[in-house]
Amino acid sequence: MAAVVLPGERRCGTFLARGRPAARRARLALRVLGPGGAMRYNEKELQALSRQPAELAAELGMRGPKKGSVLKRRLVKLVVNFLFYFRTDEAEPVGALLLEHCRVTQEEPSGFSISFIEDPERKYHFECRSEEQCQEWMGALRRASYEFMRRSLIFYRNEIQKMTGKDPLEQFGISEEARFQLGGLKA
Amino acid sequence: MKLNERSLAFYATCDAPVDNAGFLYKKGGRHAAYHRRWFVLRGNMLFYFEDAASREPVGVIILEGCTVELVEAAEEFAFAVRFAGARARTYVLAAESQAAMEGWVKALSRASFDYLRLVVRELEQQLAAVRAGGCPLPPRRPRALPPKENGCAVWSAEPPAGARPGPVPPPLPPRRRASAPNGPLHAASFARLHEWYGQEVRALRGQWLRSRAQP
Repeated sequence: MAAVVLPGERRCGTFLARGRPAARRARLALRVLGPGGAMRYNEKELQALSRQPAELAAELGMRGPKKGSVLKRRLVKLVVNFLFYFRTDEAEPVGALLLEHCRVTQEEPSGFSISFIEDPERKYHFECRSEEQCQEWMGALRRASYEFMRRSLIFYRNEIQKMTGKDPLEQFGISEEARFQLGGLKA
Repeated sequence: MKLNERSLAFYATCDAPVDNAGFLYKKGGRHAAYHRRWFVLRGNMLFYFEDAASREPVGVIILEGCTVELVEAAEEFAFAVRFAGARARTYVLAAESQAAMEGWVKALSRASFDYLRLVVRELEQQLAAVRAGGCPLPPRRPRALPPKENGCAVWSAEPPAGARPGPVPPPLPPRRRASAPNGPLHAASFARLHEWYGQEVRALRGQWLRSRAQP
C-alpha cells in the first residue's frame, strides 16, 4: 500500500483524513475500493469514454459475479476495450469492465459470460435475446482487447513484409516502436 | 462507477512485455509537489506504482482521448497528458532526461486504442490490396494520422476531426491472377483466422473432455 497521501486526499479505510473544503475533495479522482487498497483512476475520462460511439450496444440481461446475484436489465455498450453497463434510464454507467485478458464463454441457452484470467471462476453473465445476438457479442468482445489488436497489427505487418519485402510500419514512422515488435520491451 | 480493479491490477503486473516503463515525477495537484513514481505503459493504460518493486499500482491513467504536450514547468523535462472537457484533469509529468522525456511523449501519444485501430485497419486494407493486386501500394502517409509538427512538438493521441472511417482509395486493379490460393482462408483477416482456429481448438477440446469423461 502506498504510504504517501497527497495533500487534500483521503485514503478510504484507514481513517487518515485532512480537513479540506468539499469542493477540493470533489475535484480529486474517485477511488475504487479493492482487496489490496484503493487504486486511483481518472473516472471523468472513463465517463466521457462511455459516451463515445460504441462498437456494439444493446439492452441485455446481466448478472454480476457474486453468489446470489439476480439478473438485471442493463444497457451494455462496448467502447474500445471497455464494456460499460448502464441502468436503462440513466446517462452515467453503473460500471465498466476492462476487457484485457478476459475469456468469453457461451452459456446456454443464448447467453455468454466474461471472466478474467486472474480469477476464472468469477463470471459476469449476460443474457441475449437470440443465439445470433449472442454470437455477435461474443465475437466482438473477443476482438475488443488492445492485446488482440496488437497481435493483429503484428500479423498484418509480417504478412505484408513477407509479400512485398517492405515493412508497412515504416511509412507511419513507427517501425521501431516497442509496442509493435514481436517481443516488445521487457517489464 | 464500478470497475474491475483486480483485472486492471493484473493487466498492470502481468508477465507480458510492456510498452514503456520508467521513473517519472508526477505532480500531485495544481499546487502540489512532485512525487517520483514507477510508471508502466501497457496498451492505453498508464499505471503508476510506488516503486519498481511494488506489486499493485497506486493508480492508473486511462489514456483514451488524451493529448500529450510539452509544458513550461519549473521541473526539467516536463510534459503533460491533457484531456478535453470541463474540469478535466491535466497530468503533469517529468522525466529524468531529455531522451526519456521524448520516449515517453512519443509512446503516450500513440497509446490510444483508436490510434492502434486506425493502423490495423490501414494494414488490413494494404494486405487485401497486395493480395488482390500482386503489387504493393506506393508508400504514402495516410491522411488520418496526426502529423509531427516541427518546433511545437505537439503529438496528439486523438485522430484529427474528420479522420473517422472516411473514404479510402480503391485497391489497385489486379494485374494478373495471383497463383492459386493455398487454403480456404488465405485472404481472411486476422479476426476471421482467429475465430476459425479458435473453433477448431474448441472442437478438439470438447472431444478431449468427452473422451476423459468416459470410464
